[in-house]
Amino acid sequence: MEALKAGAQAPDFKLPSTPDQEVSLAEFSGRPVVLAFYPADWSPVCTDQLALYSELGDEFKKYGAAVLGISVDGAWCHAAFAKDRGYRIPLLADFEPKGEVARRYGVYREDDGVSERALFVIDRDGKVHWSYVSPMGVNPGADGILQALETLPGEKRQERPKKTGAGA
Amino acid sequence: MSLIIPVGEDDHFQGSLDAPAILVEYGDYQCPNCGAAYHVVKALQERFKDDLCFVFRNMPLTQTHRHAQLAAEGAEAAAAQDKFWEMHDGLYENQANLGPGLLERLARALDLNIERFEEDLAAHHFHGRVRRDFMGGVRSGVNGTPTFFINGERYNGYADEEELAVAIEQVLNHPGSRKDSADRPHTRR
Repeated sequence: MEALKAGAQAPDFKLPSTPDQEVSLAEFSGRPVVLAFYPADWSPVCTDQLALYSELGDEFKKYGAAVLGISVDGAWCHAAFAKDRGYRIPLLADFEPKGEVARRYGVYREDDGVSERALFVIDRDGKVHWSYVSPMGVNPGADGILQALETLPGEKRQERPKKTGAGA
Repeated sequence: MSLIIPVGEDDHFQGSLDAPAILVEYGDYQCPNCGAAYHVVKALQERFKDDLCFVFRNMPLTQTHRHAQLAAEGAEAAAAQDKFWEMHDGLYENQANLGPGLLERLARALDLNIERFEEDLAAHHFHGRVRRDFMGGVRSGVNGTPTFFINGERYNGYADEEELAVAIEQVLNHPGSRKDSADRPHTRR
């Protein structure tokens, strides 16, 4: 199974974000979307990864980007996890049929029954602009996402931390 | 991944910036793993002495650690009164009691100008500095805390003394591999 690459149309989906609410990709039309597939709630690596994305809310906002976490865990599990960690990004439950959205994006691991740790940045027109599959045990950080957002079509912000050395 | 903000005089460092090994930590004062790493770094400094320069940069994960930002700004406010490392050590050595009360106790114990210290915290004078460290870390591929860089390259092993020591010895045995010097061209992209 191969992850969708840049240029592919991002498949739409509708998944529970809480036990009584659903979120679809289509409702973010016109905005960039960051999809962060991760294998499971509560595992140590995801924990750092999602904490970092929660922390970067203001940075993502500069691009008008929505950030969505997705795993095969159920909505109640997500709710407990997000509450425990104080996460501010919606966590979507790819729970029934299990892993269906991960499959559509080419990042479901049949043998393990979980998704890859995979990142997609979807442009304002609903096309995959950048994708990355991280080794399972490795937290991919946020640098790749921020670089992808900077290079979105029509994106004027090209700021990089400058190599100013010491006295910045 | 490499450090995109080179180590310099503006950093908080112990040892010489010309030391053959430079260890940079991106850390959070409330993170338990950073609390453990604090003692590891002390042991490494004891072991490598003048061969090692240690640099600390702020990476507070404020959504999960509610006192982390305050502590980072507190250490910076102490730095403005030339007591960064004293505050840094005090925060890690009393990590279990981290909070506004601890900051004030440490500030008094270090004989800081309390009025100025509290004003710096209340007005968030060092918020920008802490955020700059944070974003420099994110853009260098820091993905959690603590994250270490040795001579500008991300260290991906465990934060334990023996493993870090092996990595440091490696750069000591291969001088000339420095990738963090300010005059080196920016080759990351």
